[in-house]
Amino acid sequence: MKPYLIVAALGLGAVFSQTASAAALKVFTCEPEWGALLQELGGDHLDVYVATSALQDVHKIQPRPSLIAKYRQADLVVCTGSELEIGWLPPLAEKGNNPRVIPGAAGYFEASRYVHMLEVPEKLDRSEGDVHPFGNPHIQTSPENIGLVAKPLADKLAELDPADKADYAQRYASFDTRWQAAMAKWTAEAAPLKGVAVVSAHKGWVYMYHWLGMTEVATLEPKPGIPPSGADLENVLATLKRTPAKMVVYAAYQDPRPVGWMEEHSGLPGARLPFSPGGLKGTDDLFGFYDVTIQQLLNALNGKSS
Amino acid sequence: MSHLFRRSAAALLILGAPGAVLAQTQSGNSFNPKISLILNGQYAHYSSKAPADVAGALLGGESDYAPEGFSIGETELAIESNIDDQFHGWTAISIGNDGHGNADVSVEEAYINTLALPDGLAVKLGRFFSDIGYQNHVHAHAWDFADAPLVYRTFFGGQLGDDGVQLRWLAPTDLFLEIGAEGLRGDAFPAGGDSRSGVEAWTAFAHVGGDIGFSGSWRLGAWHYDGKSDDRRSSGDEDVDTSFTGKSHINGLDFVYKWAPNGNPEVHNFVLQAEAMRRSENGSVIYDPDGAADASAYDGTQFGWYVQGVYQFIQRWRVGLRYDRMNASNSVANPVGGTSLATLADDGDHPQRVSAMLDFSNSEFSRIRLQYNRDESRPDNKADNQILVQYIFAMGSHPAHQF
Repeated sequence: MKPYLIVAALGLGAVFSQTASAAALKVFTCEPEWGALLQELGGDHLDVYVATSALQDVHKIQPRPSLIAKYRQADLVVCTGSELEIGWLPPLAEKGNNPRVIPGAAGYFEASRYVHMLEVPEKLDRSEGDVHPFGNPHIQTSPENIGLVAKPLADKLAELDPADKADYAQRYASFDTRWQAAMAKWTAEAAPLKGVAVVSAHKGWVYMYHWLGMTEVATLEPKPGIPPSGADLENVLATLKRTPAKMVVYAAYQDPRPVGWMEEHSGLPGARLPFSPGGLKGTDDLFGFYDVTIQQLLNALNGKSS
Repeated sequence: MSHLFRRSAAALLILGAPGAVLAQTQSGNSFNPKISLILNGQYAHYSSKAPADVAGALLGGESDYAPEGFSIGETELAIESNIDDQFHGWTAISIGNDGHGNADVSVEEAYINTLALPDGLAVKLGRFFSDIGYQNHVHAHAWDFADAPLVYRTFFGGQLGDDGVQLRWLAPTDLFLEIGAEGLRGDAFPAGGDSRSGVEAWTAFAHVGGDIGFSGSWRLGAWHYDGKSDDRRSSGDEDVDTSFTGKSHINGLDFVYKWAPNGNPEVHNFVLQAEAMRRSENGSVIYDPDGAADASAYDGTQFGWYVQGVYQFIQRWRVGLRYDRMNASNSVANPVGGTSLATLADDGDHPQRVSAMLDFSNSEFSRIRLQYNRDESRPDNKADNQILVQYIFAMGSHPAHQF
């Protein structure tokens, strides 16, 4: 085998790749919520690939060969951003050889740019755990944020696929109408949750608590990203004696054992939430996602553990 | 506007003034490159004090075991940044210890790579770890064992990193498929020596990969290496040089399979990794070229492989097992006893090693490892019981690892 043969093979491959093009806009989404939102906003105009599931911890994804292959083909990448994907999106960009979607290109969309970030740390120090310098990136826990992202995302689709511009505008208008109505319904249903104190497994729910007026008195994780030890759980239990709470809130992807321990020793019910679309049964679309989230919280408030 | 203002005002009341802090973190030094410093030290104990030779092979530089007792190993300073919209740069400086208390600074990697070439092409230029094999491009602090597989230690002095250019193409298919080639200066073992005036070594590689369900993923690779040596010097423990002039060809296969339930590695995960490679060399070898100068013609092939599995059985705790094996078939015309020529001619042994490790990671940034090796890689398969305690701590920007 000679070097020039390899170079020739590379060139040949590059020529073949140009013939591969599809009608639909290929979208690579980092999280299921953006996949679900794109289904609402783009429907059949899009070929959407969702890189992670609600049963994965999106902080810790491997830049697998299959993800590199999908990244290579994308016309648009939609991610939460704010360093949520910092452990795996940069390796995809380095290996994925796709200038259309690298950060800064027209085909890169970062949802967290369009919402007001909460919990921006005042001090950046790893002794505080795996902190996110741009604020808490789990913006999908409030439907208000989905509403804020929808318009710029619809505009982005129209920019990349101008032929279907009118359809994207009409789909956005329809979605926004249904979304505002759904948010009014959820807010009304969730009225009993206002002012309720809770314990969270991970600092993942600040936007939901802010939206529903709930308060977080403790987290099971001593620092973000650091699993709780027995002593940490005892500390939370002691905190609960001084500052009572009503339930333990945790995500479907999380290890249920610390939550089980806390339920047993504190007597509090656990509220298992989908965290992202697909995390629990009936949450594949965005409407079902918040329906089930509110229902699980109300069940826990009524003492029913999930 | 007023709606937005109310939201912001409410947020300010609840959380203090995060907006001001955000503005601060986004200005000023935000264009500085990402910097990380990795501390990778160990404590080592070996039951054998014999020179760390491998029967049937000539070893290159950086093939010695880590020094016994405490040593800081390699401290790695990595700096990376996008240079502009077209280029990204990466540098890793390693500060090692030569075992005699002297610092040993080396440029492990210093390269730029393209970000925006069309048609799935990418070019890398500078000094880099080659993309041959699976473990070769992984920095030592990210290995699953404290030391390199025996075949990497023997064939490449641990790892192949050289100056040159790499061209890589990624297919636009759902099956991951990439092919690439590298033209290298030929300074890195097994090439080396004088007259490094052109492309004195080159490689070619191909990788395919994909998922198996939600829980599994795999990658399979095949590769070739070709290098020329001209009076390449290497020295054993006695500080006597051995010179090699000739050609080395290596063909290899590598495979990795990673498993995590539903793709979530948080509590349980498993990695199976295996590689095999075959080297053929011919040329001439001179033991002690500046002294006695015992010379011999040499024509040989060596085959080596390893397989390792690492399982995370509980959050933050992992166990691993590794088996290494090699064999050689060498023709050495003048195997002078007591020299490296005799070690090279000694192809009747089958160097092998069994390793077991246990590690604990407090977070993504810290890891402590205990490892035991039963090493039978020396001539006559004399066993060396090795115990290594290693720590790896990463400071600075968030680490991002390739698959």
